[in-house]
Amino acid sequence: MKLLIKNGRVVDPVQGIDDTLDLLVEDGRIARMGERLAEKGAEVLDCVGLVVCPGFIDMHVHLREPGYEYKETILTGTRAAVAGGFTAVACMPNTDPPCDNEAVVRFILKKAQEAGYARVLPVGCVTKGRRGAELAELGSMAASGAVAFSDDGSCVFNPILMRRALEYSRGLQRPILQHAEDPALFSNGQVHEGLVSTRLGLKGIPSACESSVAGRDIELAALTGGGLHLCHLSTAASMDHIRRAKAAGLAVTCEATPHHLLLTEEAVGAYDTRMKVNPPLRTEADRRALLAAVVDGTVDCIATDHAPHHPDEKEIEFGLAAFGMVGLETAVPAMLDLLVKSKLVPMSRFVELFAANPARILGLPSGTLKKDAEADITILSLKHSTAVAPDKFHTMGRNTPFQGRRFAGRVERTLVAGHTCYAAGKAPEPRPR
Amino acid sequence: MLDRKDLLGLEGVGREEILEILDTAKGFVDIPQRTVKKVPALRGFTVVNAFYESSTRTRTSFEIAAKRLSADTINFAASSSSVSKGETLLDTAKNLMAMAPDCIILRHQLSGAAHFLSTQVTCHVVNAGDGTHEHPTQGLLDAFTIREKKGAFEGLKVTIVGDILHSRVARSNIHGLSTLGANVTLCAPPTLIPVAVERLGVRVEHSLDRAVAGADVVMALRVQKERMEGGYFPSPQEYFELYGLTNARMKGADRECIVMHPGPMNRGLEIASEVADGPRSVILEQVSNGVAVRMAVLYLLVVGRKTRETAD
Repeated sequence: MKLLIKNGRVVDPVQGIDDTLDLLVEDGRIARMGERLAEKGAEVLDCVGLVVCPGFIDMHVHLREPGYEYKETILTGTRAAVAGGFTAVACMPNTDPPCDNEAVVRFILKKAQEAGYARVLPVGCVTKGRRGAELAELGSMAASGAVAFSDDGSCVFNPILMRRALEYSRGLQRPILQHAEDPALFSNGQVHEGLVSTRLGLKGIPSACESSVAGRDIELAALTGGGLHLCHLSTAASMDHIRRAKAAGLAVTCEATPHHLLLTEEAVGAYDTRMKVNPPLRTEADRRALLAAVVDGTVDCIATDHAPHHPDEKEIEFGLAAFGMVGLETAVPAMLDLLVKSKLVPMSRFVELFAANPARILGLPSGTLKKDAEADITILSLKHSTAVAPDKFHTMGRNTPFQGRRFAGRVERTLVAGHTCYAAGKAPEPRPR
Repeated sequence: MLDRKDLLGLEGVGREEILEILDTAKGFVDIPQRTVKKVPALRGFTVVNAFYESSTRTRTSFEIAAKRLSADTINFAASSSSVSKGETLLDTAKNLMAMAPDCIILRHQLSGAAHFLSTQVTCHVVNAGDGTHEHPTQGLLDAFTIREKKGAFEGLKVTIVGDILHSRVARSNIHGLSTLGANVTLCAPPTLIPVAVERLGVRVEHSLDRAVAGADVVMALRVQKERMEGGYFPSPQEYFELYGLTNARMKGADRECIVMHPGPMNRGLEIASEVADGPRSVILEQVSNGVAVRMAVLYLLVVGRKTRETAD
């Protein structure tokens, strides 16, 4: 089976390419790249006016299965992923049971295989039962396909445990994805601690709740040489920590989410539970610091922290509502609008943020369109726009903060292993088995 | 005219609206002195008192207010209702609406509960205190009491002392009194002052003597021991020493200064009995005025709007 992707603007920062080129896909892999390619018997996909990128990877999603299938399943989550332009997603282990042993890792991979949409990269727990007391069997999970470890939703707060986790996972060449949060400073917080928390009488979550742990973990990364990736950072102070760590040459990486880059505490308005998320939406100064860090390379990648919830968990008093927002189907257009349309970053940097860097952090061979790489490809249009309509989402979650907004940019097509899993305006289709 | 469906807080309520409520309340103040303590204004209307948090003073005050307006009143408390069987506020609201009340008065332990309810029901909603957010009718009755004693608000120096952080009364008073033109000073240890509160247009002072100096009104707030999980001050003794209102501490205030407290009081913690029961205290007048102010709120929301709808 051959597919010739013609006339697109191919952007592959790993190879330093940003040019109008043709791409030949053969048996699910990249066979050739060049000008005016011709191939007998190949299906031709004309991509004139479109941007052809290595498949986007969202390294932070909650697929909710096993245990919370009323919120999302691996099937619906990976359908949403391809519809949003992602060819692979790393799923967090805060399921029930949590993904803290190889059986759950294998279950997730089997379900993803059966679903046939985006690839799923399981993240194993750092600690047994996510209880923060003793290390889970990281080695056997890695051997079964876990790409990284995290207790996401909870922080690995005990410093000696975090030290051991960084040391041990270094031997497995897998990073620790840390949800940086001091549980005592978090207390029962609901929104960012500031004017909005004061006005609304909601318990605040101070910035130091995140940044103090980020700073500590960077010290532990320096001590251990372990791979530390800090998840969904939200504060200017955290950006300062990362900047210093990188200047010191540490193997520390981090991600930012579209919602922290686009929204502030003001969005909470009169107790809008759709805006309740952890870490919370912060101040305009934090948002700007995050954006500057995305532009200058301090932030390595954009991840959604896609967190679908049932409406019953959101249409409720603010203090009882669940934390989290869906993001898979809005992230790419939202960021095209914020970063590319505004010319804050060049297209090559955008592809680093969504493909090359997540692949590098997770130690994957993907994230590039090199010869023989798997043909995971995301094709974008900068001429079309995307209207956010939750009732048309493929995720089961409707808890988007962007309802009714229109973003410049659109996902045209998502190919996994050379198969079109999504084409704009059509229902996602699984890969043939 | 007060033209709103709900009264959820004093933030965003305009000066004219507040004054209209106070003026209307003035007309209701003498009703308890009449032989028949009732007016027919809300005859045929149904008012539901939904109290998810225990309260004696506020619930009784609202119930008396509604009854003096001749409304039919229904009370339910969380402990005696289906709430204890696990029903959500949303479901309770839908069920209440099915019985077509005209107004729901909600007291709830969670901030924003009244906002949430107001988006789910078509009847009027009055916030009778939600978590640590607002308690607008308390703010209004405090304003009413101050106006009765001081005449006007412009330039009046009002000092609020105590647990501002956990106080919905403080938030309503900050918004209400600032809107009316008073200069509001907050006084507490820094641990009990909410972040960025200065941006609401108030002054923050950690020394009680400086805060009280020249004050026209000093309002003590209850130390909310039930919300103090974190150790906000070292001991009750030290708190009383630094922030307790005593006759000695009140010396620096204006000679005509009045002392207020929204109740219930912790005597010997935020206020000494000599002050609470002393000549400056208007604490019981606050309670009496509460009924008149709540009558005004119910009347203006329920009848005022209905009348205008008919006129249209």
